[in-house]
Amino acid sequence: MNILTYLIPISLVLGGLGLAFFVFTVRSNQYDDPEGDARRILSGEYDDKPKR
Amino acid sequence: MTATLRPTPSACPACVAAPAAEALAEAALPTEAQITLSLPTIHCAACIADVERALNADPAVQSARVNLTRKRVAITAHPDFSVDHAIALVTRAGFEAHELDATALSATTNDRAGRELLMRLAVAGFASMNVMLLSIAVWSGAEGPTRDLFHWVSAAIVLPAVAFSAQPFFRNAWSALRAARLNMDVPISLAIALALVTSLWETALSGEHAYFDAAIALTFFLLAGRYLDHRTRAVARSAAEELAALEVPRAWRLTETGEEQVPVSELTVGALFRVRPGGRVPVDGEIVEGASELDRSLLTGETLPVQAEPGRAVSAGEVNLTGPLVIRATAVGRDTSLARMADLVAIAESGRSRYTSLADRAAKLYAPGVHILSALSFVGWFLWSGDLRISLNIAAAVLIITCPCALGLAVPAVTTAASGRLFRRGLLIKNATALERLAQVDTVVFDKTGTLTTGTPELTNLGDFTRKDLEIALALAEGSSHPLSQALTAAARAAGITPAKLAELTEIPGHGTQGTWRGRRVRLGRASWVGALPGAQTAAWLQIGDADAQPFRFTDRLREGAAETVCALQQAGHRVILMSGDTTPAVETFAARIGIAEWLAEARPEDKAARIKALSESGAHVLMVGDGLNDTAALAGAHVSISPASALDAARVASDIVLLGQSLAPLPEAVTTARKATKRIRENFTIATWYNVIAVPLAVAGLCSPLIAALAMSVSSITVSLNALRLR
Repeated sequence: MNILTYLIPISLVLGGLGLAFFVFTVRSNQYDDPEGDARRILSGEYDDKPKR
Repeated sequence: MTATLRPTPSACPACVAAPAAEALAEAALPTEAQITLSLPTIHCAACIADVERALNADPAVQSARVNLTRKRVAITAHPDFSVDHAIALVTRAGFEAHELDATALSATTNDRAGRELLMRLAVAGFASMNVMLLSIAVWSGAEGPTRDLFHWVSAAIVLPAVAFSAQPFFRNAWSALRAARLNMDVPISLAIALALVTSLWETALSGEHAYFDAAIALTFFLLAGRYLDHRTRAVARSAAEELAALEVPRAWRLTETGEEQVPVSELTVGALFRVRPGGRVPVDGEIVEGASELDRSLLTGETLPVQAEPGRAVSAGEVNLTGPLVIRATAVGRDTSLARMADLVAIAESGRSRYTSLADRAAKLYAPGVHILSALSFVGWFLWSGDLRISLNIAAAVLIITCPCALGLAVPAVTTAASGRLFRRGLLIKNATALERLAQVDTVVFDKTGTLTTGTPELTNLGDFTRKDLEIALALAEGSSHPLSQALTAAARAAGITPAKLAELTEIPGHGTQGTWRGRRVRLGRASWVGALPGAQTAAWLQIGDADAQPFRFTDRLREGAAETVCALQQAGHRVILMSGDTTPAVETFAARIGIAEWLAEARPEDKAARIKALSESGAHVLMVGDGLNDTAALAGAHVSISPASALDAARVASDIVLLGQSLAPLPEAVTTARKATKRIRENFTIATWYNVIAVPLAVAGLCSPLIAALAMSVSSITVSLNALRLR
């Protein structure tokens, strides 16, 4: 049962990390143009200067 | 600002002019220009690359970034870089482009409400996943202290998560309760709160029924529904605002020193301003100088341009065709005929807002039922067992099981799928209940000019002329930007005619063009100018030398897909009616041409609105399709209304659905999609009800473990969403 004292915090930290990254993506406008981003992958021209 | 900070101006005119010059210099100071263009036709990866390459090739452009979702491009460029040049560059790359008014767009560029919902959704999702893991351990048989530990950890995760994520529901429920009303959010909030309180109590007494997982899962599913709903409307709203932003409101004001470009809002009564050929009159006024012709089709539905001369009153929205006009403003802002029409619309719309959506009707039945059922089971159990803890626990279970999770998703999931489908076909749903209303339509009323026709004329009697006449006419027509001349040019060019060589080609505003051909005077213009008798049909007259003038006759060009749409609607059993402000003969011929038996000509705006009202009172559900200012009252009065994107602002505001493309063809499909959507919504309600019918007796009987509660809720929500997806 002692294993739980490690596993529960670890799962929470990992989940929290995912949440933090998600919050970061929302804050940095990464969902502004989902359709365009999906198509840009197909373009051979490298986008060196993505939108701020 | 600069002027007010200056010391008292001296009498010298040069010193008075100096601050103005400085202000001008300051205004030109910004180091970069931000331009936003709307690109309605882009759709693929290659389009993005083409547009960006075309723009970036210009040295003045610092950056150009296409947003495919919103179908627009944001350009940062040197201040000298003009919008017209940008449009020219994009057009040369093969795409249609329109300028967007940046200030009108600012509201949608950062969607705060949507972002907030997304954050709450993410937190609820994170918390529910973790709590589910712990709950599975409990369900699979954790006992004693382990179970208590798991419950406490769940409580530690769920309490803050719910406090953050469920705020929208709490807020709505609170405002409803304060107004002494019940809405869907009241049982939701009550269920969440009750679940948390009883679960904490249970955990503290180391009992086995804790509903932390149910409370957070409920929040998650409901937020998902809320977010879907928000997305659908945000897309519609941003596109609607984009349409509004397409008309950049600027006017050329005449001052003592010359001409300056100002926002329309700065025009005052008595101000003089110039309207160039092709420009739209921004405010109501009176012509002071100049002769031209005015296109009033958007306001009245008349296809023939009217003569404009000094002393004539003009209203906002009319288009100046041939010569420049100087106009004195007589009404601005809220007083213009455009704004007055908008007030009319507001009154008519208040009638429509009384429509209750299916979801509201369901909530009205559902919310009290849920509360009564829960209260009854509490009272029943308390009387039977005398145990407050068990009774409260069961009451909470009933509330959670019956909680309108599936109901909360039923409508948004379907409307999102249906709106998405229609959006891909070029139809934009602006109003939340528009789909449901569209499904009930049995009568369709069309406006003529600008709706079934494009409002641009088409030459009908090219064959009546000799080649020589056509060559002269083409040369004359090319000297003018009048719509009839442009139609003539297009038709003659298509027939392979080359223009004759003319000398002294001049355009006489309000009359036509004239020139000299082999020493003879040739004229192309209105009947009275060339000494002919005007007929009923739209015509431009050609006169060569002193010979009798011959008419070029024109009809309105049919909008793409118009005939097919009318035919499809009639075949589907709808009653189709044509209403127009145009003259009787014009409407009669047109109705015969497109195959509409019922028509009304020379209808004034009030006539149209009255007719729609009469139809509605006789029990018909009317779909009005129109674009003019003269249609706005009728659009607002109809059960549901559609206007093309080319329509005036006022008409688009009044209508529920906007047609983005040129073609009318998606219309019949919209009606079928709406019918299907309503059917799916009803199916979803049935599914949700069946889940309740099965799960509620279990809950009331006290047999419901948190596992069953969570399962019933999730399965019903997922089924409802999958059912909605069938519509795509």
